Amino acid sequence: MKIIVCVKQVPDTSGKVAVNPDGTLDRASMQTITNPDDLNAVEAALKLKDETGCKVIVVTMGPPPAEGMLREILARGADEAVLVSGREFGGSDTYATSQILAAAINRIGVEQDDIVMCGRQAIDGDTAQVGPQIAEKLHLPQVTYAADIHKEGDTITVKRMLEDGYMTIKVQTPCLLTCIKELNNPRYMSVSGVFESYSKPMEVFDYKTLKDDPLIDPTTIGLKGSPTNILTSFTPPQKGAGMMLDEGDDKANCEKLASLLAKKHII
Amino acid sequence: MATFNNTDLAAFKDVWVFCEQRQGKLMPTDFELISEGRKLADELGVKLYGILLGDNIEGIAKELGGYGADGVIVCDHPLLKDYTTDAYAKVICDVIEEKKPEAFLIGATNIGRDLGPRCAARLHTGLCADCTHLDVDMGIYKNFLKESSTLPEDKIEKTDSAMVLGEKHDVSRDLKMTRPAFGGHLMATIICPRFRPTMATVRPGVMKKAPFDQAKADACELIKVDVQLSQDDIQTEVVETVKAAKKLVDLIGADFIVSCGRGISKDVEGGIKLAEELAAELGGVVGGSRAVIDSGWMTADHQVGQTGKTVHPKVYVALGISGAIQHKAGMQDSECIIAVNKNETAPIFEIADYGIVGDLFKVTPLLTEAIRAAKAAK
Amino acid sequence: MDFHLTREQQMLRKMYREFAENEVKPLAQEIDEEERFPMETVEKMAKLGMMGIYFPKEYGGAGGDVLSYAMCVEELAKVCGTTAVIVSAHTSLCCAPIFENGTEEQKKKYLPDLCSGKKIGAFGLTEPGAGTDASGQQTTAVLEGDHYVLNGSKCFITNGNVADTFVVFAMTDKKAGNHGISAFIVERDFPGFSQGKHEKKMGIRGSSTCDLIFEDCIVPKENLLGKEGKGFKIAMQTLDGGRIGIASQALGLAEGAIDEAVKYTKERVQFGRPISKFQNTQFQLADMACRAQAAQYVVYAAAMKKQNHEPYSADAAMAKLFAAETASDVTRRAVQLFGGYGYTREYPVERMMRDAKITEIYEGTSEVQRMVIAKNLGL
Repeated sequence: MKIIVCVKQVPDTSGKVAVNPDGTLDRASMQTITNPDDLNAVEAALKLKDETGCKVIVVTMGPPPAEGMLREILARGADEAVLVSGREFGGSDTYATSQILAAAINRIGVEQDDIVMCGRQAIDGDTAQVGPQIAEKLHLPQVTYAADIHKEGDTITVKRMLEDGYMTIKVQTPCLLTCIKELNNPRYMSVSGVFESYSKPMEVFDYKTLKDDPLIDPTTIGLKGSPTNILTSFTPPQKGAGMMLDEGDDKANCEKLASLLAKKHII
Repeated sequence: MATFNNTDLAAFKDVWVFCEQRQGKLMPTDFELISEGRKLADELGVKLYGILLGDNIEGIAKELGGYGADGVIVCDHPLLKDYTTDAYAKVICDVIEEKKPEAFLIGATNIGRDLGPRCAARLHTGLCADCTHLDVDMGIYKNFLKESSTLPEDKIEKTDSAMVLGEKHDVSRDLKMTRPAFGGHLMATIICPRFRPTMATVRPGVMKKAPFDQAKADACELIKVDVQLSQDDIQTEVVETVKAAKKLVDLIGADFIVSCGRGISKDVEGGIKLAEELAAELGGVVGGSRAVIDSGWMTADHQVGQTGKTVHPKVYVALGISGAIQHKAGMQDSECIIAVNKNETAPIFEIADYGIVGDLFKVTPLLTEAIRAAKAAK
Repeated sequence: MDFHLTREQQMLRKMYREFAENEVKPLAQEIDEEERFPMETVEKMAKLGMMGIYFPKEYGGAGGDVLSYAMCVEELAKVCGTTAVIVSAHTSLCCAPIFENGTEEQKKKYLPDLCSGKKIGAFGLTEPGAGTDASGQQTTAVLEGDHYVLNGSKCFITNGNVADTFVVFAMTDKKAGNHGISAFIVERDFPGFSQGKHEKKMGIRGSSTCDLIFEDCIVPKENLLGKEGKGFKIAMQTLDGGRIGIASQALGLAEGAIDEAVKYTKERVQFGRPISKFQNTQFQLADMACRAQAAQYVVYAAAMKKQNHEPYSADAAMAKLFAAETASDVTRRAVQLFGGYGYTREYPVERMMRDAKITEIYEGTSEVQRMVIAKNLGL
């Protein structure tokens, strides 16, 4: 049994983000981190490894520096890593990205008792699309928003969160799950894990490696393979100095404030 | 699916909205999306249909007409009673293949975000998630950019066309889907120029619900689909659906916090009650400054500040809090800070986004009511 | 000379920092106020291999290096002086002497539990009459058949009330002076061994500090560590390594105080602007940063020398002397930069200042360090 975990290296958008004078984001100012939901997926896989002794393989699509992130995940206890990297893959939207990752997972091979795990969404794109799209390309059943995972034989019981409660869903392996932060507390790298990390196997899959997969050809990857395009991007106007409400009386002030909050979708 | 040629854009017409129902009840976001969809359909000069899946749900369909749907495509089948990815994706993709809508909107609920990408992948089309703004008409779109962005005028004028795979492409009939990325620090407008239907998931509570029109509801056409589904099509089993009571939210994870300071001293119980009512209206929790905890008016777990908790809510309301540095340290990174204080020189106003100088006992109930009214008007 | 950390050391620093921020920092004030030993933190650190960082895997260690261990103590000390010294005393003063001087049987018996953090270690040398003058040992150990009988007491023993394994020093031959001192491995439940009350202190208040009392304490013959009469040498060598740990603790305290001061001075507004804009604030922080950086290099260099099995005693003494005096200086200045707020317990700098003082005293006072350095100069 093995678990394949998809992870992404992302800029840390939860901290202070700098904006350039021309209104574009200063990406260099942001630290890169492992996407938080993906760490929950890694932890879920490692917990199952503790219980069953299965193998955990971590996969990412990214530029060469993403190896550092993979090594950190190996230091947490994963067994093998795969870096999917190539110029040809650049510019991919979620659709093209899921094709590429699905091809990579096909190459690793999904057996009857395997599980593919993803984080719910990445904090840069915020789309939550790649997980389900990989499941579609691999023809695997999916269960998203997993807040609790329990495996018995080849049946997985998932507590799948809704906004106002949850559904309990049963699914057979092989399947794909997307994980949320309520699922677990990701473990830290261990000291011995760090010293073992660079001796664990890491493979690089490039375009040559994957091009024979039916999902991959020049029209299905990169910009050519992306059904969506960006028309414009912009930063919202920066928070200026605060404003004092001065409409005359308390009632008018409150009504003005409420309408401002509503207009900005804050309430 | 191999014969589904979705690059022949002219063959696709009409705007569809996925209308989610849970336990036989339509979700509020359905009315928001139908209202928005009506606007877009009018700008495109086409019809608007809701698509509704479930078991025995025909009876709830016409209400969608009251918000602007020309018709509702009803997919009624016992296997559609509970949401499953496999059943819903199959039925929807089959109907889309047959009827070819040009745009398909889905509410970005936990279920919508599970369904949308699966369908988009199966249909080989583009999906834009969590949209906060949708446009067809270029004039309206450009005005939107002028108001909400820091883009210069000449750049905004150039958005009539985009370079797609090296060729100039006219975007005037494309659905322009604007959404936040990078944790909200960046906004992007996405288009799906080469494939149909263009798909978008839309955040609940963002689009405005149109006024209900009974006559339109009565005139709403119901199109019944012959659903082809068997148990073999569904690879997951829904064991149960549980509605959970609202969990006690910790200060740390709360999106809305209403905090009291020494300003409530003249009527502690009354002040806290007003704060609780405002917090309840916002869907948040109550906190307190160190003075409040030290005086024993609230327990220590409510304390926000240097020795209390550090919070990053969407909205932090400071009632009767002066804003000394230890308190600031615990809440200064809140996205929106609202301060109410009798003293116009209180330091809290230096970091507040919105400030009201006044007696919190008078202002707070008025604010609660104003917010209630503003939310109902949406 | 390579001033770069290896990639493993960089990964470790990242882990230590996250762990310190998320698991240690939230408890720091509470364990100081309540004088509470943070056992739950020790359990978490044990799981991650932080209680036996530079010992080989065959003895249950994490297979790391001395610098990785020093960085661990440093990162912990940035947020909590108490937690840092727990790891330092356990690692350098108990695990290390057993590793460096023990027989194969002793290493196999004691190291796995210690390195895995299942058991905590301590070091018993100091006595009421033997502090800086360590040779004035009064505790005696008399061989009677298959065991020694220990009588006497130790004081100011770090981890004393929570440790299971103690490296203890006693006189086996009163007439031989320094050459009559021997080292022993003593287990908590040996008959005749008890621990005193928790010592209330100025700083590192969550650290367990107490007396060790030996009243006809029976210690099996096999628990003699090293040879009879070699105890003083073992103690001195052990303290050389311990100095790197305490130097790291001092270094972390200084660095943590600087971080807090930088943050605060940017927020605190007086005379219409943040006080970080005033030149005095900037110059103070520049001096503090300069000293802390220099301390880091001295500490790291000593750790590298020990790792490479080069003589490092004088380097360790310099590291401890310089880092400890830097810590006291920097933390004091930090409190001053905070003004009145820094004197209150709402902010952590007063605790850092109280914690820093002990680094100039234990494991060899600054005066002792000067003696070692002077001797190394041939004086």
